[in-house]
Amino acid sequence: MVQRNRRASGGRIDRNRPLHFTFNGKLYEGFEGDTLASALLANGIRLTARSFKYHRPRSIMGHGVEEPATLVELDGEDASGNRPATTVPLRDGLSARSVNCWPSPEFDLGGINQLLSRFIPAGFYYKTFKWPNWHLFEPSIRRAAGLAAAPESPPASGHFEARNAHADVLIAGAGPAGLQAALEAGRAGKRVFLADEGAEAGGSLLNRNLSIGGRSALDWVEDAVAELRGMENVTHLQNATVWAYREHNLMIVNEREPELDGVLERSWRVRVGEVVIATGATERAMVFGDNDRPGVMLASSVQAYVNRWGVTPGQRMVLFTNNNSVYAVAADLAAAGMQVEAILDCRKTVPPEAVKLVPDIPVHAATVAGDVRGRKGVRAVKAVPVTGGAGRWIDCDVLGCSGGWNPTVHLWSQSRSTLRFDEDLAAFVPDEAVQNCRAVGAAAGDLTLDRIVGGGEDLAYAIEPLWRVNVPGQRGKAFLDVQNDVSVSDVHLALREGYDNVEHVKRYTTGGMGIDQGKTGNINIIGTVAMQKGVPLQEVGTTTFRSPYTPVSFGAIGGLREGWRLFPYRHTPVTQWNKDHGAVMYEAGARWRRPGYFPKPGEGLQEAVNRECRAVREGVGVYDGSPLGTFELKGRDVPKFLDFIYSNIMSTLKPGDGRYGLMLSEDGLILDDGVAFRLDEHRWMISTSTGHADAVNQHMEKLLQTEFPDWQVLITTVTSQWNNATICGPKAREVLQAVDSDIDLSPEAFPFMSFREGTVAGFPARVVRVSFTGELSYEVNVAPRHMAALWDKVMEVGAPFGILPVGSESSHVLRVEKGFLSLGHEVDGTVDAYDLGMGWVMSKKKPDYLGKRSVQLRRSGGGTRRELVGILADDPNQQIPEGAPLTPGGRKEATDGLVTACVWSVVNNRWVGLALLEDGHARQGETAHVRLKDDVIPVTVTKPVFHDPEGKLLRS
Amino acid sequence: MMNITCPFCGKRNESEFIHGGPVGAVRPDPNAVSDEEWVEYLTVTPNPLGPVQEKWWHARGCGEWFSIWRDTRTHDIVEAPDGTT
Repeated sequence: MVQRNRRASGGRIDRNRPLHFTFNGKLYEGFEGDTLASALLANGIRLTARSFKYHRPRSIMGHGVEEPATLVELDGEDASGNRPATTVPLRDGLSARSVNCWPSPEFDLGGINQLLSRFIPAGFYYKTFKWPNWHLFEPSIRRAAGLAAAPESPPASGHFEARNAHADVLIAGAGPAGLQAALEAGRAGKRVFLADEGAEAGGSLLNRNLSIGGRSALDWVEDAVAELRGMENVTHLQNATVWAYREHNLMIVNEREPELDGVLERSWRVRVGEVVIATGATERAMVFGDNDRPGVMLASSVQAYVNRWGVTPGQRMVLFTNNNSVYAVAADLAAAGMQVEAILDCRKTVPPEAVKLVPDIPVHAATVAGDVRGRKGVRAVKAVPVTGGAGRWIDCDVLGCSGGWNPTVHLWSQSRSTLRFDEDLAAFVPDEAVQNCRAVGAAAGDLTLDRIVGGGEDLAYAIEPLWRVNVPGQRGKAFLDVQNDVSVSDVHLALREGYDNVEHVKRYTTGGMGIDQGKTGNINIIGTVAMQKGVPLQEVGTTTFRSPYTPVSFGAIGGLREGWRLFPYRHTPVTQWNKDHGAVMYEAGARWRRPGYFPKPGEGLQEAVNRECRAVREGVGVYDGSPLGTFELKGRDVPKFLDFIYSNIMSTLKPGDGRYGLMLSEDGLILDDGVAFRLDEHRWMISTSTGHADAVNQHMEKLLQTEFPDWQVLITTVTSQWNNATICGPKAREVLQAVDSDIDLSPEAFPFMSFREGTVAGFPARVVRVSFTGELSYEVNVAPRHMAALWDKVMEVGAPFGILPVGSESSHVLRVEKGFLSLGHEVDGTVDAYDLGMGWVMSKKKPDYLGKRSVQLRRSGGGTRRELVGILADDPNQQIPEGAPLTPGGRKEATDGLVTACVWSVVNNRWVGLALLEDGHARQGETAHVRLKDDVIPVTVTKPVFHDPEGKLLRS
Repeated sequence: MMNITCPFCGKRNESEFIHGGPVGAVRPDPNAVSDEEWVEYLTVTPNPLGPVQEKWWHARGCGEWFSIWRDTRTHDIVEAPDGTT
């Protein structure tokens, strides 16, 4: 294996540490310190990619995050898609593939699109929506769309993490300006957070061959890094991109190679006092016909490959520029032994101090690159005088272009700070800061080193803008956005068709919408628009800069918040017992883990549920009701408050008594249902449905703190302070007596909907007679530390009575048999208490309570309403799917209802259902029709109760 | 993510708070207003381009409800709760 373009010496690579990698299935060698791009160039791989739309052959054009052309997909451990080859650090065993071409970049079947290009103009997709028919194009567009595929599985080892930090100053970028700012802030004792996207500090100094104070600029960098390392108040990260500037100086940093083993990437959220933006500048491309041919590169990237990686991307160079920076590039290339055939400079006069740098290289002033020869690799470039004339071909294999430099203002602009167009620099530069931030160095438009670090020695920057080459005889497309294949003619088309706002041009042509976000080309789009409209660039303005500055993996954004960690489960003390007894565990609202049912070996869901339900209806069952939301309310004004938030009257309750109630929201919808008990004169306990506990808490706190701040009501959440075992069934009283309690359990002393305190099984307990099953029930509340022991005791003592644990499946069946409503089933955003047949819960005595006026208002409009009914199919064995629609006569018409629940009723020995049906209360005894996809089920409309309609059992 | 000043806890991340909507009209006596007035009270809330007074709840903190003035264009908190900066 020979790296035929690798220089014998020089560069920041370790020639003693060879690394092997594959690219499109072939094995190559590179060195420690390489990127995938520099290693490919060292191996003389020119054709690395095909373009997005036309599948034109492409090569590596840049050397960093600006790279528009070569995107790769990584395999194996590193699996990820759409990575610019210039930002992939080389590792031993790395395996990469080109995206967007099949079977290979050399022979790509999609290349046929090049021939069809005049049929796929800007706005092509939008146009197919209108004419002739989007569906004609959709299949082929969907097949062709997108770049790499998403990895099929998360990384095999390691994890992502997130970390918060605070700092006085965050400095984005560790180039000369960033290091200088960090040294100054660090020496002043400030807490400094310095983050840089590169593998090592130095920024542009790594690519150039400069001196500071007579020494190599890289020595200055080394000293600066060493001094910062010695400061405890400085955090310095490399491989860490500051990718978002958020409100109130929150910065988000993605650290890609943390030192901690097992951490793949770390996301930092850094809240800082001041932000220093030292993000440098990005070179922009030149716009001329066939400016995307393999071998056309950014001039500074050619320089970077030579100086930093010891790679000569070609043998014979031509450089094309409108500014001074290329002359130092040419000098470096000549020093490295490359043949520089010519410098084409569009300016009429080239500053003499620039020419002085390249004494042996022909400099053609007032000359542009007018054409390129070589489809799969540059063979010659046509030098054309700007004043007109035939031009002449110059043989070369690399054409290095510099269209000038853009301060990297992404973070500045994300902070909403403003930009202005600087005529001298021909670039947008930071103007007024909106948050506490400042730009320094090249990011602020200081493109000469001496202005950043005292003693820096380089050529002063000067430029005359050239937004596109406009000489006759150009045949090929002149690309503005190489990644998205957007050319000058596309922008002209967009303008002709009326999309003349720069944001519209962007969306219509997709220029600047690629992964590179147009870092090398956006300004040329703005320039092209300005030229065409005849207005200054300031007036065209920029598109909005949004985060992320460079792509960020979803893993880093998510951090540890994945799987169960996103929302941890809540458990009760009985979870382990449930698992030990074979429960099938479910999530049942608000992340509570609850037993669904307890199958015996060989038993299915339905058999297990029938067995549990039969126990409750005929003997005794017990369930863990701990997850039910529970609140204690204390204070003088609780009765007044409860009368306001419940639709019925609570204030008349005597201590020890309770009542079921509905909570409405101010717009008249049902917010929650539950029970309220008065513990004593000024202490109350209310329960809410499991899933709504947090919402009800918020509701109550908001009312008390914002509407009634002078009412004396204190709310304490006690959901997890009291756990309960709810013993239910005809034998519940016998079981509780056997468990042993000092409470008089006789129906006279302890009637339905009342509350007693005492001991149960020796534990302090609050026992409540409520029933969510329709049977005699005792909800025995004890402290969580006693819950497991209470549960064991109930199961042990209840065994002779045939007690069974009951899961949430059976609870559902039991409540449907009784027609007890369930939020989310029978209650949605359209239903009120009257629809549910619960008009009795809407107090007529109270002049006002939450939601009263709105319910009145809604019902005063008349019209039919969907009302809760029971439904019975003619065939008792006919199950009806929950959610199925009811339609008039079962015809294919607008629905007049839906099935909210359907369960096998053990007491009725048949399927029974609940439904919301238009005018349902008046239609009892009639036949309605459930319409399924292939079937119509006639059902008889009944009252929504199938067991103990008088409620004798639950009061027994 | 904004940095919001809780009257008790000081400056905290927005993620600790729950937004409670803009401060709207005072609840009228529902028995003394017309249908139109009631509907307006329910549905018309301030939504200016600029400073708006709104309620926030320090749900993952001390539990306090309070109000701030926030500029909807910039997220600048132009007026913090009483007694804070």
